[in-house]
Amino acid sequence: MSKAILYDATMCIHCKLCEQGCAQRNGLPYDDAIAAEEQRSEHKFTAVMAKGDKYMRRLCMNCVDPTCASVCPVGAMQKTAEGPVTYDVSRCIGCRYCMVACPFSVPKYEWDKTNPRVRKCDMCADRVRAGQQTACADACPTGATKFGDRDALIAEAKDRIAKNPGQYLNHIYGLEEVGGTSVLLLSSVPFETFGYPSGLSTEPMPSLTHRVLAHVPDVLALGSLLLGGIWWITNRRSEVAVAEAEPSDSLSRTKNHEG
Amino acid sequence: MSLPRITFWKVVLGAILIAGLCATVLRFGRGLGAATHLSDAFPWGLWIGFDVLCGVMLAAGGFTLTATVYIFHLENFRPIIRPTVLTAFMGYVLVIVALFYDLGRGWFLWHALIMWNPRSVLFEVAWCVMLYTTVLALEFAPILFERLRLEKLLKIQHAIAIPLVILGVLLSTLHQSSLGSLYLIMPNKLHPLWYTPWLPLFFFLSAICVGLAMTIFESSMSAKHFGKQLELPLLRSLGRVLLVALLLYAVMRFLDLYHRGALRLLAMRTYETNMFLLEVTLALILPIALLLFPRVRESAGGLYLCAVLVILGFITNRLNVAITGMEASAGVHYFPKWSEIAVTASIVGIGFATFGLAVKYLPIFPAAGEGSAIPLRAGPQAAPELSHARP
Repeated sequence: MSKAILYDATMCIHCKLCEQGCAQRNGLPYDDAIAAEEQRSEHKFTAVMAKGDKYMRRLCMNCVDPTCASVCPVGAMQKTAEGPVTYDVSRCIGCRYCMVACPFSVPKYEWDKTNPRVRKCDMCADRVRAGQQTACADACPTGATKFGDRDALIAEAKDRIAKNPGQYLNHIYGLEEVGGTSVLLLSSVPFETFGYPSGLSTEPMPSLTHRVLAHVPDVLALGSLLLGGIWWITNRRSEVAVAEAEPSDSLSRTKNHEG
Repeated sequence: MSLPRITFWKVVLGAILIAGLCATVLRFGRGLGAATHLSDAFPWGLWIGFDVLCGVMLAAGGFTLTATVYIFHLENFRPIIRPTVLTAFMGYVLVIVALFYDLGRGWFLWHALIMWNPRSVLFEVAWCVMLYTTVLALEFAPILFERLRLEKLLKIQHAIAIPLVILGVLLSTLHQSSLGSLYLIMPNKLHPLWYTPWLPLFFFLSAICVGLAMTIFESSMSAKHFGKQLELPLLRSLGRVLLVALLLYAVMRFLDLYHRGALRLLAMRTYETNMFLLEVTLALILPIALLLFPRVRESAGGLYLCAVLVILGFITNRLNVAITGMEASAGVHYFPKWSEIAVTASIVGIGFATFGLAVKYLPIFPAAGEGSAIPLRAGPQAAPELSHARP
């Protein structure tokens, strides 16, 4: 069963305990200065942002069909069956295509290291595999961040909107965006307010390139046939021209004869 | 052997290489953050935009011309095969060198050989570039074999010449277009003046335009500095083909903008619009307008000017895709750090210098000792005067 995180911004109290729990689990530094940072970075995988009395969390969306896993040339990014999207540094070559391609600009980089890693939330893959909930859900005192089965959480999110239509936008962010994500969001204000991209396709991003990559075998097979055929015809034409020209001067003119 | 003369260009090259060396120490001593203006918001900069995207594009003459001569048997062009294959080979080697600067963990580049992800466009590009560089080395090999008089190796090379050319053309078709496909997955990030489902096709077609322009450019350069060049009739034919290719690209680019409703973006005066106009003026409007005049098309100087415009124009195109078009969505303005520019300039400088040395010491241009990169008849006696035998 695929797991997910449901974050309900209307229940969030901006206590940032999720940030602290995340830092602890990932062995990242955490103090007042870092808590004040509203941006995710190579040392902060999740950030709770505030605009007036409205709050929003940002973290890796752990997409159902992740763009990062699709673009990585060496398969360092992987979607696990449980839901988390993991990063394997031992495969990474540092091309940063995942950073450029991610529709949510999630992956961050250790720019100051000479052997840098990509850094991002991996939805506590090890904990989830062991049957535990994510560190952020564990730390949340209000239930604003809730961990569970994706299908059950979607049903619950729909239920919350139906029961309090005035309190929520009628939009579960992550239900359909880029084909669905394992992080689902509820909010009373538009998600763009906090930098979430709007107007994303409901189709997974990887299908944009798969359509093209599917034609690679065609180019190779039909291309060799076509080029080989053209060569055969033009070569034959040269041979005929040589034969018809002057047989006496054959030695120098057979230059066009292919072995 | 007399001592090498000190010329203006040698001094410039020396200065660039010293700056490049400093930048190299900075890059590998202190990391990408210290050596570049790249950031989490803007992870790909000059080294991807110029060194990789432009580098591969500028080397496109290799496959265009080998196809022309070996597949289509347009024998007139045989004399320029060598300089073109040489530039292509050097281009790819330099692209790979540049990659080691840009990759955060370049020493694991070999992972692409054993850790596969066939779903990735970059995986396909990596494989094509690796294979095509090998193909180019094999296509270039006869020049060395001839110089070293290795007749046996020449014969072996001769036997596999045609399949090698076909493989080279196919690999080039794939990765030249795939460099455009890299951006297909970013419809929400790349500016609509450049994002189109036709990106792979445009990258491929413009690579052919630049391949033709580079061949004209190189011939003129070596005429100036080494007294070795191509005959004017050949340059004229290249100019005519270039005009046709540019017209085709221009019409398709216009139709694409029209059908996507992106033309109205041009009514706005934005940074992106200005860069777009610069790009199409250099790459399309000026060269097409000039080449339409027979006076320009027929003269060596006119052709040289048009070639330079096309090269600069499509360099602008690649930089627009990789940098200009990505800035708005990233929310930052990117301008490369001195060390990024120094590395790029060094790589370009090494390219020019190697080309110069090769023209001087290897039988590259017809005047320097003739033949073709892939001699159809093995052996050094692959008669030079036959190059133009066929009308």
